[in-house]
Amino acid sequence: LTLAVLSQALALVFDPYVLWVIVASAAFGLFVGAIPGLTATMATALLVPVTFFMPPVPAIASIVTATAMAIFAGDIPSCLLRMPGTPASAAYTDEAYAMTKKGQGEVALGAGLVFSVIGGLFGTAVLIAAAPALAEVALKFSSFEYFWLVVLGLSSAVFLAIGDPLKGVVSLLLGLLVASVGLDNPAAYPRFTFGNVELAGGLTLIPIMIGMFAVSEIIRNVAAMDQPWEMAQTKIGNVFTGMWTLTKRYPLQILRGSTLGTAIGALPGAGADIAAWMSYAMSKKFSKEPDKFGTGHVEGIVEAGASNNSALAGAWIPALVFGIPGDSITAIVIGVLYIKGLNPGPTVFMEKAPEMYAIFFVFILANLLMLPLGVAAIKGAKQLLRAPRQVLMPVILLFCIVGSFAINNSLFGVVLMLVFGLVGYLMEENGFPVAPAILGMVLGAMLEEHFISSMIKADGRLLAFFERPIAAGLGVLTIAVFAWPLARAWLLPDRNTR
Amino acid sequence: MKVNDALNGAALVALGAVVLWHIQGFPPMPGQKYGPAWFPGLIASGLIACGALLILARLRAADSQPPFALPEWTRRSRPVASVASVIAGLVIYVLVVDAVGFHITAAALLLAWSRLLGASWRLAIPVSIAATVVIHLAFYKLLKVPLPWGLLERVVF
Repeated sequence: LTLAVLSQALALVFDPYVLWVIVASAAFGLFVGAIPGLTATMATALLVPVTFFMPPVPAIASIVTATAMAIFAGDIPSCLLRMPGTPASAAYTDEAYAMTKKGQGEVALGAGLVFSVIGGLFGTAVLIAAAPALAEVALKFSSFEYFWLVVLGLSSAVFLAIGDPLKGVVSLLLGLLVASVGLDNPAAYPRFTFGNVELAGGLTLIPIMIGMFAVSEIIRNVAAMDQPWEMAQTKIGNVFTGMWTLTKRYPLQILRGSTLGTAIGALPGAGADIAAWMSYAMSKKFSKEPDKFGTGHVEGIVEAGASNNSALAGAWIPALVFGIPGDSITAIVIGVLYIKGLNPGPTVFMEKAPEMYAIFFVFILANLLMLPLGVAAIKGAKQLLRAPRQVLMPVILLFCIVGSFAINNSLFGVVLMLVFGLVGYLMEENGFPVAPAILGMVLGAMLEEHFISSMIKADGRLLAFFERPIAAGLGVLTIAVFAWPLARAWLLPDRNTR
Repeated sequence: MKVNDALNGAALVALGAVVLWHIQGFPPMPGQKYGPAWFPGLIASGLIACGALLILARLRAADSQPPFALPEWTRRSRPVASVASVIAGLVIYVLVVDAVGFHITAAALLLAWSRLLGASWRLAIPVSIAATVVIHLAFYKLLKVPLPWGLLERVVF
């Protein structure tokens, strides 16, 4: 890292156009995050068609800013409506609402904002420190190591998913199956195309993601539209009152939440929502007053609020260094990176150093910008939540249509969006998590390519996957990840089933 | 719609079997052990195994699960109409947009959707027109997405 790179990066960020994009995306993110049923992943999917036409840095900046704002803003309806704005706030929605009922809504909202900023900055610091360092190591990786990394990533998506791991595996396999459609495989043989030209190019990810994350959510929303939202009556004054006291009272919780959040974010397949659930549970477990949890106690909000925002930045570590997404948002981002010529991988930190550091600066800027804009969003929350959903949902749906069309300027995108919207809805209804499927779609081609090229190098000997030291280590780790639940089930038979 | 896990499992086994059957026709890669059929074959085998495990788990479970269970909202007419209109609207869009054109289709769909979801005419009409115009300006003008003009083509050009 040289001064020249830093100044180039700063120049890329502090460009009036980029700053304008950041502020506009921040407003968009706050809005999407604050409306229950509109998620940060959905915001990303809807931004992609717009970013297509931007230079690399503002394109990425818009996603970074919008998602950071959305994850914080998800706390606002938790306090006011007892509904999480995004799944990342679901872990402590009841707690936040209980605080509002006790007349402490101001404190809950303030804690959500301030500790989101701290968590976000913590995750950003880890990203800045870890990603280039990890890239140095990854420079030595060959297809053998990458093969194991992809397998590890896919496994962690299955094991970290909430619910039945078997259904996680099914979801992953369905994603991999989708990824194998088309000509894009080592043999360049048209698989599952049935002579269709559209299918030969493979199934385009963005319309699929818009379907699975936006259309399925709209279906859920319109199904519940006849139930009105009931807004808690509360006066909101200065949200910063008492925040310094909280920081001094819960320093360990803030650190623990941020650390766990960053780590969960960095693990493929699990993002801000799972980070918040785990941090909230951990906060309760280690609390001196665990019986106060659930009655409107701020401690868990402090820890989980820091956790979900730090997870956002953590997810970018494997995404930038290996091209393996840390969460659903970065699963979309990786596609954008390729389109923008910022192909993820260890060399991107040398070849595109100014752009990479510009992205890091955007993370810092977005988190700092969250303080003033967050206050504004909290002040305007009641008006924001009165936005008429009866017209909002149709407008978003039209936006989804145009976005899916714009990727390839083809109606096939709209068809894909509808089909996968229904598939995503039915999968969630039946307890199949969507995240592993998305990861499978993103990583399927990479998995096959690294396996085949490794086998060509090794002349078909499978043992070659254990012959290089790092590959062997990663391989053993992968086997351990799979063996552990099996071994535990065998050693400690569940009393209920025997 | 919640489907019994045994049926889900059976569907997965069937899907896996169809894929396995289909990939029999894939040619091998000359001189290589692993051709284009290897990866989908692995996935299909996995789907069959997982499907079988799902069936097994369901059969061994103590509680019973109905073959199909519809969510609570399907018993009320308004949500059913709303969800149906979303799906039908998307199908209609794909079928007619090239002939009718983006602007007319979009405004009509927005109006229909908003009204069905319970918006008043006074809100639905201006929003439908404004949103169509904004998307036209943003995507057609600014981002150069070729949204079809359809019926309006002769009027505009």
